[in-house]
Amino acid sequence: MVSAVAYSTGHRAWGRVHRFAHRVVRPTSPHDARRALAAREGAPVLAFGLGRSYGDCCLNPEGLLLETRGLDRLLAFDGESGVVHCEAGASLADLLATVVGRPAPDGGVWFLPVSPGTRFVTIGGAIANDVHGKNHETAGSFGRYLVDFRLLRSDGRILRCAPDENPELFCATIGGLGLTGLVLEARLRLVSVPGLWLELEEVRFEDLEGFFRLAEESKEWTYTVAWVDCLARGRALGRGIFGRARHLRDPRPVPAPAPPRLRVPFDPPFSPLNRFSLQLFNALLFRRLGRGGRRHRVRPYHELLYPLDSIGAWNRLYGARGFYQYQCVVPREGAFRAIARLLDAIAASGQGSFLAVLKTMGDLPSPGWLSFPMPGATLALDFPNRGEATLALFDRLDRIVLDAGGRLYPAKDGRMPAPVFRAGYPRWPRFAELKDPVFSSAFWRRVAEGATEPARARAA
Amino acid sequence: MTNEREGLRVAVFGATSAIAQAALRLWAARGAELFLVARDRERLDRIAADLALRGARRVEAFVADLDDSSVLGRVLEAMDAALGVPDVALVAFGTLGDQTRAARDPEAARRTLTTNFVSPAVLLTALAARFEKAGAGCLAAITSVAGDRGRASNYVYGAAKGGLQTFLEGLRHRFAGTGVRVLDIRPGPVDTPMTAHMPKSGLPWASAERVAADILRAVERGRSVLYTPWFWRWIMLVLRHLPQPLFHRLRL
Ligand SMILES: Cc1cc2nc3c(=O)[nH]c(=O)nc-3n(C[C@H](O)[C@H](O)[C@H](O)COP(=O)(O)OP(=O)(O)OC[C@H]3O[C@@H](n4cnc5c(N)ncnc54)[C@H](O)[C@@H]3O)c2cc1C
Ligand SMILES: NC(=O)c1ccc[n+]([C@@H]2O[C@H](COP(=O)([O-])OP(=O)(O)OC[C@H]3O[C@@H](n4cnc5c(N)ncnc54)[C@H](OP(=O)(O)O)[C@@H]3O)[C@@H](O)[C@H]2O)c1
Repeated sequence: MVSAVAYSTGHRAWGRVHRFAHRVVRPTSPHDARRALAAREGAPVLAFGLGRSYGDCCLNPEGLLLETRGLDRLLAFDGESGVVHCEAGASLADLLATVVGRPAPDGGVWFLPVSPGTRFVTIGGAIANDVHGKNHETAGSFGRYLVDFRLLRSDGRILRCAPDENPELFCATIGGLGLTGLVLEARLRLVSVPGLWLELEEVRFEDLEGFFRLAEESKEWTYTVAWVDCLARGRALGRGIFGRARHLRDPRPVPAPAPPRLRVPFDPPFSPLNRFSLQLFNALLFRRLGRGGRRHRVRPYHELLYPLDSIGAWNRLYGARGFYQYQCVVPREGAFRAIARLLDAIAASGQGSFLAVLKTMGDLPSPGWLSFPMPGATLALDFPNRGEATLALFDRLDRIVLDAGGRLYPAKDGRMPAPVFRAGYPRWPRFAELKDPVFSSAFWRRVAEGATEPARARAA
Repeated sequence: MTNEREGLRVAVFGATSAIAQAALRLWAARGAELFLVARDRERLDRIAADLALRGARRVEAFVADLDDSSVLGRVLEAMDAALGVPDVALVAFGTLGDQTRAARDPEAARRTLTTNFVSPAVLLTALAARFEKAGAGCLAAITSVAGDRGRASNYVYGAAKGGLQTFLEGLRHRFAGTGVRVLDIRPGPVDTPMTAHMPKSGLPWASAERVAADILRAVERGRSVLYTPWFWRWIMLVLRHLPQPLFHRLRL
């Protein structure tokens, strides 16, 4: 039986800025997915995972969304090699609840090689954005750990893609924003770690130099990330807290992460995250470490890797207009100056954000042609949607990023203008040749096909 | 009821149903032994593999169209071989059908009535014989709130589900005073492939996971009739007692 098609206005990305109408179908088998494609009736098609992308790379206005949550089965796990085979709608949370933590032959336990800041992303979504984690310096991005995957193209073919079979489609699909077809299933190599508890150290730094010094000194740590007070200016510009962590050889099992609790069931009429509360929040965060400016703890992995997962739909706290995230990466050469300029521009705008995350990225290359990471530093910030004022600030930030030779992260983006995308991803014309002709997204129509930015089209 | 050494033994008929799959995952995580029946081999095999990885101690799968009474004997033999008499049997399969068609096309009406009443009732009859001998266990079937009162929008399906409710009530009467429990599961609207074509606004839609968690709890507690989510018990109570003139003015 073919899953039926429904009309939905409820499919939104994590930032909740864009409201589009879609037709939606939820296939429950590869066969079913192929039939769903045949029923597209001329509309463009796009996979939709758990909607944890912030902007419009997972949206396809007036088109068909193939929801992948009916394709979320784990198919096999090899405890010797650590290779897990699963359908592409399975989430990292599914892997964490099942195969992660099983014993590896070297005496360690199997663990996810790469994790974004939430465990509620699908394998397909992790491939399509070639996600990175707090261990980019030591592990690189998600695509490095793919043994192979099966890709359904709109002509009905199902292609195995691996470094030695359809290698170009393999590279195009990793970081390929869902535009090369529907990934049906994948095989992923887990890594062996000593245990599931992390030794975690938080260190205060007084300015941006402090950050880069700590990053340099932390080569022995698997995970690093910093929270920056983006309202601080002048001498305190770039002050924050540096977190670093590594797996302990500790055989104790970790307590299961609490399911998302504190649900935010509705949109508050205005955003409670105003400037005053942000200042207070950042100041409290900064003081938390006390006089010594340092704290050492041993915590289960999920407290560091997925700090926000226990809160549920926290994205609704930004109010009905939603929010943007701005995430860029700048090359190592000149990173200090570019990050300083970005932070200064943000502080000057007074549009400061709830989360300002700064981390360094390492040299390990990704197979993906449109992969976001590059050796350097990446800065990510949330901004409540204030319409044109917010978009104008982003335009100023774009210029700093492009000057530095950097690029923006499509997974977090809902507004990047075409020239910014094309400058950041010079391999995009080659990618466009392998893109599936039927698959498309609001993001792609904007950056590659010259459609008006949806946010601005609405404002106009 | 759990056999400590072996784990709970559960047989599910219509194992590819979204609600059944969610319940199976919960049972698997507790180390249950599972016997699955469904008619789509591709999905059944994938589901079986998934449940094994999610912690099931053992998974056996059997492909059969449960409307085909000629295969019933073989299905149950396979169950006997896999689990013996299970601790829980869950009859989950069903089809919503197209009411506008079923209301006018006798053949469509027959199909809806068969899959949602005749086939489950025949299967339950065969299962009941085994449970009777064992003197213990839980016989559960998914009916629907739609079986509580006939409504213009889905009375053919509703009648089949209502018939099944009565059938379960009778079984419960028959087994009263024995160790056999009979559970009638009545979900409100659930977001599953069966309802994929319906717009998800207006009604309070439940997730298959939520309904599954309620089912496991009701099985554990030996409940008779489960409304899930719980508020449907009260909504249906009101709807059942609404005087006909008033009822007829509602578009339901
Ligand atoms: C709190 C939070 C923290 C985050 N932290 C990080 C981080 O640290 N690092 C990082 O890299 N990202 C991070 N992200 C972003 C997130 O990892 C990515 O957006 C990810 O792609 C989301 O996966 P999803 O399953 O929700 O996919 P969706 O958002 O639904 O879709 C994302 C893209 O994947 C495509 N896609 C999905 N499934 C398939 C499939 N089966 N076949 C083909 N294409 C498919 C879609 O078409 C779309 O283009 C974070 C997000 C949140 C909400
Ligand atoms: N979803 C709701 O809103 C809702 C509300 C109340 C009650 N229910 C009841 O809940 C039960 C489960 O439904 P669901 O919501 O989980 O929908 P679903 O995912 O569509 O499940 C229905 C299942 O029944 C199977 N089936 C139908 N006819 C069959 C047959 N002859 N032989 C074998 N299997 C057959 C289908 O198999 P195929 O996939 O191979 O067709 C499918 O797996 C059904 O009894 C339904 O009536 C559902």
